[in-house]
Amino acid sequence: MQPFSTHTGMVMPLDRVNVDTDQMVPKQFLKALTREGFGRILFYDWRYLPGEKPNPEFVLNFPRYKGASVLLARANFGCGSSREHAPWGVKDYGFRVVIAPSYADIFYNNCFKNGILPASLPEDQVDELFKRTEKEAGYSLTVNLPNQTISDRHGLIFKFEIVPSRKEVLLKGLDDIGTTLQHAAEIDSYEKTHAATATMYDSVDVKYYSNGR
Amino acid sequence: MTPKTLYQKIWDSHIVREEPGQPSIIYIDRHLIHEGTSPQAFAGLRAEGRKVRRPDLTFAVMDHSVSTTDRTLPILDNDAKLQFEALEKNCRESGVRLFDMNSKNQGIVHIIGPELGITQPGQTIVCGDSHTSTHGAFGTLAFGIGTSEVEHVLATQCLVQSRSKTLHILVHGKRPRGVTAKDLILAIIGKIGIGGGNGHVAEYGGEAIRSLSMDGRMTVCNMTIEGGARAGMVAPDETTFAYLEGRPFVPRGKAFQEAVGCWKRLHSDENAKFDMTVELHAEQIAPQVTWGTNPGMVTSVTARVPDPHDFKDLNDQKATESALKYMGLKAGTPIVDIPVDRVFIGSCTNSRLDDLRAAAHFVEGKHVAKNIKQALIVPGSRGIKTQAEKEGLDKIFTAAGFEWRDAGCSMCIGMNADVLPPHERSASTSNRNFEGRQGKDSRTHLVSPVMAAAAAIAGHFVDVRSLDVLPVE
Repeated sequence: MQPFSTHTGMVMPLDRVNVDTDQMVPKQFLKALTREGFGRILFYDWRYLPGEKPNPEFVLNFPRYKGASVLLARANFGCGSSREHAPWGVKDYGFRVVIAPSYADIFYNNCFKNGILPASLPEDQVDELFKRTEKEAGYSLTVNLPNQTISDRHGLIFKFEIVPSRKEVLLKGLDDIGTTLQHAAEIDSYEKTHAATATMYDSVDVKYYSNGR
Repeated sequence: MTPKTLYQKIWDSHIVREEPGQPSIIYIDRHLIHEGTSPQAFAGLRAEGRKVRRPDLTFAVMDHSVSTTDRTLPILDNDAKLQFEALEKNCRESGVRLFDMNSKNQGIVHIIGPELGITQPGQTIVCGDSHTSTHGAFGTLAFGIGTSEVEHVLATQCLVQSRSKTLHILVHGKRPRGVTAKDLILAIIGKIGIGGGNGHVAEYGGEAIRSLSMDGRMTVCNMTIEGGARAGMVAPDETTFAYLEGRPFVPRGKAFQEAVGCWKRLHSDENAKFDMTVELHAEQIAPQVTWGTNPGMVTSVTARVPDPHDFKDLNDQKATESALKYMGLKAGTPIVDIPVDRVFIGSCTNSRLDDLRAAAHFVEGKHVAKNIKQALIVPGSRGIKTQAEKEGLDKIFTAAGFEWRDAGCSMCIGMNADVLPPHERSASTSNRNFEGRQGKDSRTHLVSPVMAAAAAIAGHFVDVRSLDVLPVE
């Protein structure tokens, strides 16, 4: 996974609470077999009019935000479906950072698997960033993960909190599976002892298998 | 010893490795997969030369995009076809059991897990689907994961997780007639809000929860995620054990008795501490109908569509305004005056036998209203479909003007041909009323199966408590 350390980029404001993952990647795009290409369809139903004509009223299509790489959002961002297609789309579109007061759990977790930093700031600070983004064309922010700061060129500096282990995953671009597999011996030993307990059983009844056509 | 919550007990018994300041590696007892969120995970494994560690603990089913009509016909949706083929190939190559679309056990992943007894108390269960919370009804720790985590579980049978906070949701008292499990959970979400449970695992308790059947408990746990909590659970009891006994994957005879002995310890200890507690009184809950574009935008059937200015918070005002515009609703309209175009009874929330029986009881001898363009009944699994047909429910529905379909996710997500057309309004027993959820520009009202049945007959929402034909509970 691509490591994340510091990122400077233009901000795009998405001024809406409870943005769900159905909006990021609608159902018709869930039939893909790969992780690629979701940037083009990110926020599809908001972004396009019939015939895939860009909807001029949707912020993603405002010429002033072309090339934005920091997504500024409202509370409970990414609620609903667990579809990882949503962060794939966010990343593929070109966003490296999301800033919001809060996130839904599954989306939050999925961001870390894809090298996206979902930074949380208090509501009033997010409000301030919305104001500044609105006011200044090309408003950009620098997000520094090692120092846990978000700053602009006017001297604004906000500190954000992040769990140290999450921070490490992004900084190092760690491959979770590889890390877990280093502990394969512990998994083996857990399976040996756990197999005897009623909640698991060594394996399910393998004799039962029916595809009864 | 410090009293523990049910969540803590299951968590503690699944720790493979823990280190201070680091997330733990926890073991996953059952991994459920479907065609929609697994192909990229298998591709990832293949790219790294990794194998499925425990195919025997992994169960696959086709549900999201399957047709609910004749499955002997060719699949016209080529993308869906490719996904089915990929799942079949991935399962065959890795030795994972697959309930394909022609299996007699096929159904929605969260329906067949419990129905076949794959889901058992005390387990950890994950699936690349947010409604995995359903399985918590058995006293399991079950939650939805993304595709990268699906790949992680396939490769390691473990997940890297941090402990969640705990949320105790108590519903006291007795449910009034006409108030179902669906109404309880919608009322809970209305109270805590759709982000209210973020960061928490919920445990449900109180008389109104304990008196629910397993089907009802699954409805409640299913929609836990709509309140932000990733998992919701109900401690197992005699209702749970009676449901499980004799199901295909459940141990039998002496082994079953031993299992029950262990399962009986799965409850929160007295005085166990929860990080947050929410209490409701069932007597005060009326049948619920959503009016907006998320499940927290919900009110009683006796109420009116709210005005954006009813809300203090500016963000809520804006969200309400935008929701009313999308839904084509005027503030102040009585909920019972909202006409419905289509009715959908199905989904992992409400497609079980209890749901179908209640709806059938209601519509027996009646006919859907003239303004209803389509009324769909989609059983959650082929097992449920078969049983319902034995009971003659299909005949009742078709005589009343409903369509009786084959099992799958269907119009809850509209990935197959069952799509709600633009600007049409549904009474739907599913779980999400997000913009475009059932079809682009479609308008979803989430309700219970009884309310959906009543809306089909009346052509609009009705206070089902005022009718004398309610199912006996």
